[in-house]
Amino acid sequence: MQELLLGNEAVARGAWEAGCTVTAAYPGTPSTEITESIANYDEIYAEWSPNEKVALEVGVGASIGGARTLVCMKHVGLNVAADPLFTAAYTGVNGGLVIVAADDPGMHSSQNEQDSRYYARAAHVPCLEPSTSQEAKDYVKLAFEISEKYDTPVILRMTTRVSHSRGLVELGERENVPLKDYEKDFNKYVMMPGMAKARHRVVEARENQLAEDCNASPVNQVFKKDRKIGVITAGLPFQYTLQALPEASVLKIGMVYPLPMETIQAFAKTVDRLIVIEELEPLMEKDIKAAGIPCEGKDLFTIQGEYSTNMIKKAVLGISEDGIAPAADLPVRPPIMCPGCPHRGAYYIMKKMKLTVTGDIGCYTLGALPPLASMDTCVCMGASIGMAHGMEKARGKEFAGRTVAIIGDSTFMHSGLTGLANVVYNSGNATVIIVDNRTTGMTGHQNNPTNGRNLKGEPAYEIDLTAVCRALGVQFIQTIDPFDLKGFQAGLKEALAFDGPSVIISKRECALLDKSKWNKPYGVDRDVCIGCKTCIKLGCPALVNDGEKVRIDTALCVGCGLCASVCPTGAIKAGE
Amino acid sequence: MEPISILIVGVGGQGTLLSSRILGQYASHMGYDVKVSEVHGMAQRGGSVVTYVRMGESVASPLIEAGGADYMIAFEKLEALRYVQLMKKSGSIIVNTQRIDPMPVISGTAKYPDGIIEKLSALVETHEVDAAKAAEDVGSIKVVNTIMIGKLAKTMGGDKTIWMEAVKACVPPKTVSLNEAAFNRGYEV
Repeated sequence: MQELLLGNEAVARGAWEAGCTVTAAYPGTPSTEITESIANYDEIYAEWSPNEKVALEVGVGASIGGARTLVCMKHVGLNVAADPLFTAAYTGVNGGLVIVAADDPGMHSSQNEQDSRYYARAAHVPCLEPSTSQEAKDYVKLAFEISEKYDTPVILRMTTRVSHSRGLVELGERENVPLKDYEKDFNKYVMMPGMAKARHRVVEARENQLAEDCNASPVNQVFKKDRKIGVITAGLPFQYTLQALPEASVLKIGMVYPLPMETIQAFAKTVDRLIVIEELEPLMEKDIKAAGIPCEGKDLFTIQGEYSTNMIKKAVLGISEDGIAPAADLPVRPPIMCPGCPHRGAYYIMKKMKLTVTGDIGCYTLGALPPLASMDTCVCMGASIGMAHGMEKARGKEFAGRTVAIIGDSTFMHSGLTGLANVVYNSGNATVIIVDNRTTGMTGHQNNPTNGRNLKGEPAYEIDLTAVCRALGVQFIQTIDPFDLKGFQAGLKEALAFDGPSVIISKRECALLDKSKWNKPYGVDRDVCIGCKTCIKLGCPALVNDGEKVRIDTALCVGCGLCASVCPTGAIKAGE
Repeated sequence: MEPISILIVGVGGQGTLLSSRILGQYASHMGYDVKVSEVHGMAQRGGSVVTYVRMGESVASPLIEAGGADYMIAFEKLEALRYVQLMKKSGSIIVNTQRIDPMPVISGTAKYPDGIIEKLSALVETHEVDAAKAAEDVGSIKVVNTIMIGKLAKTMGGDKTIWMEAVKACVPPKTVSLNEAAFNRGYEV
C-alpha cells in the first residue's frame, strides 16, 4: 500500500517499521514534523526534550539501554548536541541510534546555512542522505542496521525540500525488534582517558571498515548512460540532475560519509567529464579531488542556497530557460507577527522606550522587522541573555539600564537558564523579558516544559518560570500581560532601574492556540480617525492604511483590541 | 506524459496546505506519481508562500521553475503576480480577488500594485474568482479552498467524481456536504 507522505513523516514511518521504541527531539524547522508524526505511534515512547543536547543524551541512554532510538533536530540543533555526539561516536551503541539532522539550504527558517555532513566527518560517524520520501523511510531502516552492525551512531541528513515534500511511499510492517540486554561495560561506556584511548582506535578501525564496505553497498547506485558527462550527486540534487541531464551517467551517493572511493574511481574512468553536484559545501568534491580524481564542482556551482533543475542545466550545459519576465518592483511580503500576537505589545513598548534589544530565536524574532524594528541582535538559541550581559561588560552599567534581552518560554528552557545563571553569578544587571506565550510558536505550536503538556498532549508538570528565576538568584521578577501597555511600560522601567538582574515575564497566550477566544473584528470610526497612524506602528497585518486614514480588514482581525488601546482619539472600537 | 505542474500561492495562514493535500489525493486516485513541496515554518507567519504540486507518470523534482507551471491557484492577487514568472505561457491562473496588504504597504513604504488582474491576463489565461463571496454563499467562509479547487477542476478537466472523491478524503467528515456544495459552486463560477 502506498501513501503520500512528507519526507519527515516517512522518516517517522521508517523508524516505526524498524522497531524503534524511543524518540527524543527539540522542535526546529525543517525537522519538527518527524517527532510530531512519531507521537502518533503508540509503540514508540517520544518526548520533546528541552534542547537537542538533552535529546541526544536521552537517545544515547536509550540506545545503551538496548532500544532502537531516533533523535531529531534541525541543523543548528546539532551544534547544541555536538558534545554528546562526538563522544557517543566513541562509546558506540547497543540498540541502534539514528540522529536526524535537517539542513536548511536557502535558509527558509534558519539563521545560517551550515552543512551537517561535516559533523559526520568530524565525529567519524556515517551519514546517509535521501532524495525522496520513499528513500527517507528506507534509509532510516538502513541507518538502524548500520548503527547496530558497526556499533556507531548514524546521522541521517535531511534538507528542507526533502523534509517538506510529499511523495508516494510504500508502507511496510513493523519489525519486532526485542530490547537488547543491558550489560555493564566500563571500557565501552565510561569515557575517561584510559578507556577513550582504546575506543578511539575502535572508531578509526570502524571508519576504515565502513569506507571499504560502502563500495559494495546498494545505497550508492550507478546509472550508466552516455559517457560524455558523469555526475556524482546526493540528496535532492540527484532528482534535479535526472531532469536537467537525462543523458548523463550518474553515481548517486546514498551514504555521503564516508565516501565509496573505489566506486567513485571506477565511475570516473567511464566518463569524459566528471561533475560533482552537491548543495552547500564541497564536501564530496574535496574528498574526490584529494583522491587524485579530477572533477568539476563548485567552479560551476555556488555554496549558497538551494539548487534546481534549471540551475544545473545552466551551469553544466549553458542552457537558460526563458519564461514570463518577473513582475518588477513588487512589494515584498516578509513574515510578520500574526493579528492578536502577544509579542506585539512588548515590542511596541520597547520601541517606544528606544531600548537596545538583544534578541533570540522564535516568533518574536519578527520584531526585528519594520515597523516595530526594535531588535538589535539575533544569533542563536539562548544568545539574548549572554549577549545583554556582554554588552553591559563592554559598555557599562548605564548602558545596561537601556538594554533588554528578549527570549521565549521554550527558548529560555532550551538554553536561557545558564545565561541567566551567568548574569546573576557575575554581578550583571541585565533585564530579561521572557515572552511566555504558552507554546513553542514558530515551529507550529509544540508543548514545552513550562506549559503543562507533553509531546502527546498529556498533562505534564508545569515548570514555574518565576520560581526558576528566583531560585537562580534574580531578585526582581514581575509577570505582566503585554497587552496592558501602561503596566508593561511601568514594569519594564522599574526592571531597568533595578540594581541587579531583573526578569519580566510577559505572559499572554499565543493568539493561534485557541481561536474560540477570538473576539469580533474591531472597526474604525472614520469620522473620529484623524489619520495619525499611531496604530500602524504596531505592525498588525489586519490594519489597512489607505493613505489618509486607517481601516480594519475584518477577514484578518481577531479582535485583540491592542490598536484601540493606542488610538489617541478612540476611533477604533470593538465589534458588536 | 510530461508531469502536470500546479502552483498554489498565497499568504501564510491562508490554509493553502488543504489545497495541496486535495491535489495530492486527486493524483493518487488517478494513479499518478506525485510530489508536493510545501512550506512550513517561518513563512507561515503571514509571509509569501508557494506550494508546488507535480503529477504524472514519473516525477523527479518537486520544484516548479521558471516557465514550468501549467496551472496556478492564487489565494491572493499580489502573490499571483509575484509567481507569474513560473507559468507556462500556455498555462492558466485561477486567482482569488482577495487583497491582503503586505507590511511595507501597511506601513506606507510601498504601494500595492494596481490592475493586477489586467497584468496577469495580458500574460496568461486568467480566471478571477471571488472565493470569499462564493464561500459565504454556500454557507461558510472556511471553504474558500474548496471553491478554488472546484474552479481548478473545471479548468483542468478530468473526471468530476474523482475530484469530488479527493475533496471528500481531505476535509473533516462533518463538513463533507458543505465542501461538496463549495466544490460544485467553484466548478460553476
